[in-house]
Amino acid sequence: MSTEKGPIRITYREAMKQAIRDALLRDPRVFVMGEDVGRYGGCYAVTKGLLDEFGPERIRDTPLSESAFVGAGIGAAMGGMRPIIEMMTVNFSLLALDQIVNNAATILHMSGGQFNVPLVIRMTTGAGRQLAAQHSHSLEGWYAHIPGLKVLAPATLEDARGMLWTALEDPDPVLIFEHNALYNMEGELAPDAGAIDIDKAAIRRPGADVTLITYGGSLRKAIEAAENLAQEHIEAEVLDLRSLRPLDTSTFIDSVSRTHRAVIIDEGWRTGGISAEISARIMEEAFYELDCPVARVCSAEVPIPYAKHLEDAALPQVASIMEVVKQMMGGHG
Amino acid sequence: MSLAANSPESTLDRAHCVDLMRQMLRVRRFEEKCAELYNASKIRGFLHLYIGEEAVAVGAMQVLQPEDAIVATYREHGHALLRGISARSIMAEMFGKVEGCSRGRGGSMHLFDAATRFYGGNAIVGGGLPIAVGLALADKMLGRERVTACFFGEGAVAEGEFHESMNLAALWNLPVLFCCENNLYAMGTALKRSESEVDLCLKASSYEVPAWPVDGMDVIACENATRHAYLSVHSGGGPCFLEFRTYRFRAHSMFDPQLYRDKQEIEEWKKRDPITSLQSRLTERGLISDGELKQLEDEIAAEIADATEFAEKGTLEPVEALVRFVYSEKRGA
Repeated sequence: MSTEKGPIRITYREAMKQAIRDALLRDPRVFVMGEDVGRYGGCYAVTKGLLDEFGPERIRDTPLSESAFVGAGIGAAMGGMRPIIEMMTVNFSLLALDQIVNNAATILHMSGGQFNVPLVIRMTTGAGRQLAAQHSHSLEGWYAHIPGLKVLAPATLEDARGMLWTALEDPDPVLIFEHNALYNMEGELAPDAGAIDIDKAAIRRPGADVTLITYGGSLRKAIEAAENLAQEHIEAEVLDLRSLRPLDTSTFIDSVSRTHRAVIIDEGWRTGGISAEISARIMEEAFYELDCPVARVCSAEVPIPYAKHLEDAALPQVASIMEVVKQMMGGHG
Repeated sequence: MSLAANSPESTLDRAHCVDLMRQMLRVRRFEEKCAELYNASKIRGFLHLYIGEEAVAVGAMQVLQPEDAIVATYREHGHALLRGISARSIMAEMFGKVEGCSRGRGGSMHLFDAATRFYGGNAIVGGGLPIAVGLALADKMLGRERVTACFFGEGAVAEGEFHESMNLAALWNLPVLFCCENNLYAMGTALKRSESEVDLCLKASSYEVPAWPVDGMDVIACENATRHAYLSVHSGGGPCFLEFRTYRFRAHSMFDPQLYRDKQEIEEWKKRDPITSLQSRLTERGLISDGELKQLEDEIAAEIADATEFAEKGTLEPVEALVRFVYSEKRGA
């Protein structure tokens, strides 16, 4: 039997679970708190099995009291613990918006630097499972508006496995957005995969003709679009933002300065969204590098509908990304 | 003060009674000075005075120990002062100076102090309750025998966060002492105009939280009730709720013409002024002389004059430091 370990096959869900388990093993201050994280096993089964291993003190089921358990996470963090809060969906986090925006994001500043809030909140985000308008929204861009928060969007197995520990080591509140369509994504992960930086955007596919800037659940669609475009001799570079706050501006400015074209793909709405922010930064810092206007592929300006054909039509898709890129290349190629 | 010394008899001790008088006068005179400085435009923003309610914080603070935590509201100058934050740093904070206890970033509503475990003036009604629950949760999980005292007004009972926090604290048997300062008005809205059930203890009791009403105009009653509740909370009995029935003699803030209450009502309550009441009791029993009272007043006047001078002479944070304390300056907590 070989002692050398090759890559392991793993799902995004399992990678996230391993990250949580690893954190619980590494640091006695870490605990998990949220709705149905214990006996039920987590709404998306991310925490399944952890109750048996770590017990109800550290895998803590809460009542449906989002504001209280997020606020309790803030208090526990200030009191020396390292809570990981699970929010079933970003829509439910709106019930805790007061605690996240008025307390977690402000206390360090309001206290003149005396009290930091080392809290991690994991949330499911995004559409694609016919869950309609109260379980499908992508509000990470909203949270990225708030100074004092950090906003992460792991889109790969490495990031699902590695971002959590780095977030837990961060002295300030970190929100991690997990797109629900990614949980079943399967692939290979190095057996020693672990903590990973959360500061830099990543080029997931190099290309010379156009930069596709995206994150989270749209990354796979962007890569698929890029691969299809390669058949048509258009080489798209795919850039995964990884963090929406802070934004690693220099990496996308460098990329756009090489390709001279940018398309932003964001499952959030176009109006006032993170895509608008990225576009503005390109205008501010790389305007004279551009061969054509920045384009965006975002969700339609509608609450996400239930019916599959309508939901599909509301979201960025491989075809719509390709179409925008081809239009751009046709006009200026 | 050790817990052993924390016995009911100590409240009848002469020196202790004189100290209660001193503390109430400190808060009263400090607040009067704040009003004066507000009118002189030295203090800006919102300013909420504690005049009339001094017995509550003075009584309660006698019992709380240095290792305990305090969560307060935007009407918290008195609590901060009584907790041991210097009059100098509180006044400097209100002047917006860097010597202030929150480096001038919080102001009147956001006094913070790590050294005395003072977790802030919170200016969102009800927003501090979940944080108090979390601080207590951390203590419980870390095996520390401490109490978290959470002060809030009766207006908070209309907030969901009150109910969520009562439930969570009771469900998890957490050491939180909920101190409700019922001054009858949530800004301008009378309790009876906003609640179908005005018995606040009943609301707390419905979550299995032991609850008592307390005469909030009688400092000795406040101290005794707090001690009784504190011992229960401290010994692992779970949260307690105290409803201190009190009254605010001044306007809600400096912008309030008080159209919502009769002058007659204010005058009636002023007859129960906690300071003059204690003074009469002490004078009747020969426990304090006019000379001693004058000496107290002189000492307090000197402390406040010194604090005001300190604040005047304080320095302003350089504008270059504007965005400090949005994120911690060091990673790895």
